[in-house]
Amino acid sequence: MLHETETPNTLLELDDYRVGFRTERGLAKAVDGVSYELHSGKTLAIVGESGSGKTVLNRGIMGLLGSNVNESGSVKFQGEELVNSDRQKFWGKKMAMIFQDPMTSLNPVMKVGKQVSEPLRLHQGMSRKEARHRTVELFTLVGIPEPSKRFDEYPHQLSGGMRQRVMISIALAIEPDLLIADEPTTSLDVTVQKYILDLLVEVQKESNMAMTIITHDLGVARGRADEILVMYGGRVMEHAPAETLFNEMAHPYTSALLSSIPKLDDPKHTRLTPIEGFPPDIVDGPDGCKFAARCQYAQENCLNELPDTTVKGDHSYACFYPIGTDEGAKAFASNAERGHTAAGLKIRAKEEVI
Amino acid sequence: MAGSGNNHLRENTDDTLLRVENLVVEFPSGRRNKVHAVSDISFDIMEGETLGIVGESGCGKSTTAKAIIQLPKPTAGKVEYQGTNLTELDKEGMRQQRPSIQMIYQDPISSLNPRRTVFNIVNEGTRVWSTEHGAAQEQKVDEMIEAVGLDPREARTRRPHEYSGGQCQRISVARALVLDPKVIICDEPVSSLDVSVQARILNMLQDMKDEYKLTLLFISHDLSVVKNVSDRVAVMYLGKICEIGDGDLIYEKPTHPYTRLLLAAIPDPKNKHKDITDILEGELPSPLNPPSGCRFRTRCPRATEKCAAEEPEFRQIGNDDHWVACHFPHIEDDDLGPNDEISWPPDRQE
Amino acid sequence: MTDENHSPVEPSEMELPEESEEHEHDEVSVTEAGLEESGFAEKKKIGVGFWIAASWLVLITFLAVFAPVLPFKEPNQNFIVFEQKENPITGKIQDRPVQPPYSPNGDHLLGTDQDARDILSRSIHGARISLAVGALTALFGIVVGGALGMIAGYFKGILDKVISAIFLVSLSFPGLILAILVVALVDRSLITISVTIGILAVAPIGRLARAQTLSFAEREFVLAAETLGAKKSRILVRELLPNVLIPMSTLAMLVIAIAIVAEGTLAFLGLSVQGSSTWGKLILTGSGLQTLESSPWVAFAPMGFLFLTVASFNYMSDRLRDYFDVREIFVTRD
Repeated sequence: MLHETETPNTLLELDDYRVGFRTERGLAKAVDGVSYELHSGKTLAIVGESGSGKTVLNRGIMGLLGSNVNESGSVKFQGEELVNSDRQKFWGKKMAMIFQDPMTSLNPVMKVGKQVSEPLRLHQGMSRKEARHRTVELFTLVGIPEPSKRFDEYPHQLSGGMRQRVMISIALAIEPDLLIADEPTTSLDVTVQKYILDLLVEVQKESNMAMTIITHDLGVARGRADEILVMYGGRVMEHAPAETLFNEMAHPYTSALLSSIPKLDDPKHTRLTPIEGFPPDIVDGPDGCKFAARCQYAQENCLNELPDTTVKGDHSYACFYPIGTDEGAKAFASNAERGHTAAGLKIRAKEEVI
Repeated sequence: MAGSGNNHLRENTDDTLLRVENLVVEFPSGRRNKVHAVSDISFDIMEGETLGIVGESGCGKSTTAKAIIQLPKPTAGKVEYQGTNLTELDKEGMRQQRPSIQMIYQDPISSLNPRRTVFNIVNEGTRVWSTEHGAAQEQKVDEMIEAVGLDPREARTRRPHEYSGGQCQRISVARALVLDPKVIICDEPVSSLDVSVQARILNMLQDMKDEYKLTLLFISHDLSVVKNVSDRVAVMYLGKICEIGDGDLIYEKPTHPYTRLLLAAIPDPKNKHKDITDILEGELPSPLNPPSGCRFRTRCPRATEKCAAEEPEFRQIGNDDHWVACHFPHIEDDDLGPNDEISWPPDRQE
Repeated sequence: MTDENHSPVEPSEMELPEESEEHEHDEVSVTEAGLEESGFAEKKKIGVGFWIAASWLVLITFLAVFAPVLPFKEPNQNFIVFEQKENPITGKIQDRPVQPPYSPNGDHLLGTDQDARDILSRSIHGARISLAVGALTALFGIVVGGALGMIAGYFKGILDKVISAIFLVSLSFPGLILAILVVALVDRSLITISVTIGILAVAPIGRLARAQTLSFAEREFVLAAETLGAKKSRILVRELLPNVLIPMSTLAMLVIAIAIVAEGTLAFLGLSVQGSSTWGKLILTGSGLQTLESSPWVAFAPMGFLFLTVASFNYMSDRLRDYFDVREIFVTRD
C-alpha cells in the first residue's frame, strides 16, 4: 500500500486563551491572550523568562491549575474544546507532560519500572508480563542501560539524567498525541542535556506526536524546535519558524533577550547588555505593550495601546516598531536622540543592536 | 598516586594572592567508604585575576570553594593566602583571616537571614569586627548598598523576601564588600537567576571588581558565563582538573576530550564546536570509587590501557598558558614541542 | 537517611511547624525565579477566629492582672442572703439565711458556690494563678528546652547525643506521676508547680528547637555568617535564634494550654497551688455529684473559663503554625 504523506493535522488550537489567578490584589493575568496552532509531528518551543506565563499556559492546557483560576478563550485539542471542561479524560491517553525536576515528579517509594508499567496496565489494559516487557522496551529506547535491572530500582538510586529518561518513558508509554516538556533539561548537566533533547526529538519524529518544549534557553529552542514562540508578561511577543526567528528577528524583546546572554564566541570580559527594568505587574499591569517599559524602541503609543499581531506568512509579532523596519529604525533613532524612550528608559547605545 | 602534578602552577611571587597545592577533600560515607570529592588539585590566582572553575555536577568545584575558606577544613593540601597557609591555622587564626576572603552563594534567598533587615545583614560584617558602632560605620554600609544598586533607606526596614533574586545577590555582594576583602569566591552566583538578570549581576560583579580591585574565583557549570567572566579557566571532572589556562585559548582550542565534549554540548546558536561528534559514553562514575589512572577514561573515546594505569600529568601546550592533563590530548601539529610524543593514539583518528 | 555526622532527626511529639517565612507580598517582589507557582497561592489569612481567640486571651489576662482593682465582688466573702421566713420551731417570721449555692442572678452573674462566694469573681481571681502557671511553665520550657535544643542542633556531636538522650528519658517518664511526686515531696508553691510542669515541657520544645536548628544550620546564611568571621555563639544568637523562636513560640502556646489543664488535674488530686484559688480548685469545689445535679454552675462556670482559655491558646497556636507555614520558595533556574 502506498504510504500517503500525512497532511498536517492541527492538534492544538489556541485562540485568545487567558488564565487569571484570583489574588488579594485582584486578578493576576498570568496568560493574557495567547493564540497559536500546533500540528502533529511538529515541535514548538515556548521561550520566556519566569513570569512570562509559559508554565501557566501549558499547565492550563493540561488542566493542572488549581481552583482559584479564571479561564477564558479557547483551547481546542483535536477539535474538542478544553477550556472550563474536564481535561482528565485526556490525561494518560492523549496528553502527557514532563516536568523540570524528575526527582519530585517521580514517586520516591515506588520502583521506577512500576511507575511506567502501571499506566500501561491501566490505560492500555496490558497484563503484568506484557507491561513489564513493554517497559523494558521503552527503557532501551530512551537509552537506559541494563533496563531489566533498572526496572526494580527506586528513583533515588538513579542519576538525574536517568530519572529524566524514566519520566520520558512514562510519558511515552501512553503514546500521547501531545507531549509537553516543561524545562526538561534545566536541572541536568549540559552533557546529559544534549542527550535528553536529542532523545526527545528522535522519539517525536518516530511517533509523529506534537511536542511543546518550554525553556528559557534560546539555544535549546533553536537546535530542536521547528517553531519558536516568545512570551513576555503573559502575551506572545513573536512567533516564527526557528531559523526565521534568529535571522529575521522582529520583536525588540527577542533581540534584547539574545543580546543579554554571554556567547561562546565573544572574547572574555565582553560587556553584556542586560534588559533594564523589571517584569511587569500582572495584576495591575500596563495598558499598552507589556514590554514597553523596558524597550529601547518604545514610543508614546506603546505605553497606551496594545499592539496588534502583525502576520507575515509564518512569522508573526506584536509590535508597533519592529526591528528591521522603517518604523523601527525611526523609533530607535528618535529615542537615541532624546537620550531616553517614551517610558523614560535611558538609551545606552547609539545604534540599533540587531 | 602520582597525581597530575603541579607543572601548571606559576611562579610564587608577591602578586600571587591565592595558591592551592595538592588539595584533597574527602568525606566519610557509611562506615567504610569515602567520597573523593576533590582529589589533589592545585591552582594559583594572581592579584586582580579572575579564575573560573567550570564543571558539571559532582566535579567538586563547590567543595573546592568551601575548602579554601576552611569550611570545613580540607583533608589534605595547602591553601596559601598571601603566603600564609590557611590549613595550618587554628580556628581563631583562620577567623582573623576571614574578612579578606569572602564568598557569594548560589541561592540568593537562602544566603540571607529571612528574619533580619537587609541593612542589618549587610552591616553584620562590621558588627562582628568593629568595636565602634558609629555613624561612620553606618554610612559605609549605606554607601555599599547604594554601590550595588539598591536604596539604602528601604534597606533599613525591608527583609530579603521583599526583594527579587537578582537584588538578593546584590545584597550578598554588598555584605561581602563591606569587609574590604581582597578575594571573593563566587559559587554559582547567577545560576538561579533569570537570564536577563544574570547579565546585570555579571556586569555588576565586573564593576565591583574594577572599583574595589578584587580578585575573583568564579565557579559555575555554565561555560558561556565562565568564559565571559574569567581571565583563566580550569575545567574540573570528578575531583580533578583536566585542563587549565587562559580562557580564550581553552575555548578556542580545547585539548582535553572532556573539555571538547562540554563545549560541544552547549546549545548555543553559534557554537563552533557543535560538530564534535565523539560520543560520551556511560554514566558519571561514583565518587566513592573513582576510576584508576585518568578518571575520565571510562567515558573517553580515546582511552587506552595507559590511561587506566597511569594518571596523566599536566603538560603545556606550546609555550602558552594552556595546560592539559591527558595522555592523548587533541593538540594541533604546530603546538607540539620538539620533545612531545605524538598526541593521538595510533589506532584512532583525530 | 542518616549521615555519619548527624543523628537522625526525629519529629517531636507535637507537630513540627514548618519554617516561618512571612509571605506578605506575593508576585513580583518575591524572587523572579520560580515565582509562577508560589506567587499565586491565595494569600494566607490568619482568620477572624484567630483574632476572636486573641481577644479573649487579652481580656482574661487583663481581668486577671487587674482583678484586685476591678469592681468584682470580694472573692472570699460569703454573700449569704437572708429572707423573711417562718421559723419552723417558733412559728415567728424572721430573717433566715437562704441555702447557697445561689443560681446566677442580677447580683451574682455566675451565681455563687456552696459558701455563697461569688463565682464570677472567684473565676477571675482564679485566672491569676492558672494563667501564671501556664506562662511560667512555657517560659521555663522555652528558655531551658530552647537552649538545650539549639545547642544540640548546632554543635552536634557528643553534646547532641547527650542532650538527645536527656530528652528521650524525659519523654519516657510518666509526667503526671512525676509531678505528683515532686509536689507531694517538695511543696505546693506556684514556682514549684510551674517548674515541675515546665521540666516536662523541656523535651518537646527542645526537640523542636533541635530539629529547627539542624534545618536552619544547613542554610547558606549560616555559612555566610561563618565566612564573615562570626563566632559560633554569635551565630547561634543572632542568626539561628530569631528563626527558631517563631516555631518555638507557636509550640509554647500549646504548652500553656496543656499546663493550665495539668494544673487542673493536680487540683483534683488536692495538689494544686497552696492558698489561692485556681480554676482547677474551683472546678473541684463544684464537682460533688449532688452539686453537679442541683447547681451545675458552680463547676461549669470555671470550667467554661478554662475551656475558653485553653481552646483559644490551642486555636491560636494552630493558626499561627498554618500562617507561617509557607511552602519554601524553591528557586528554580527559571
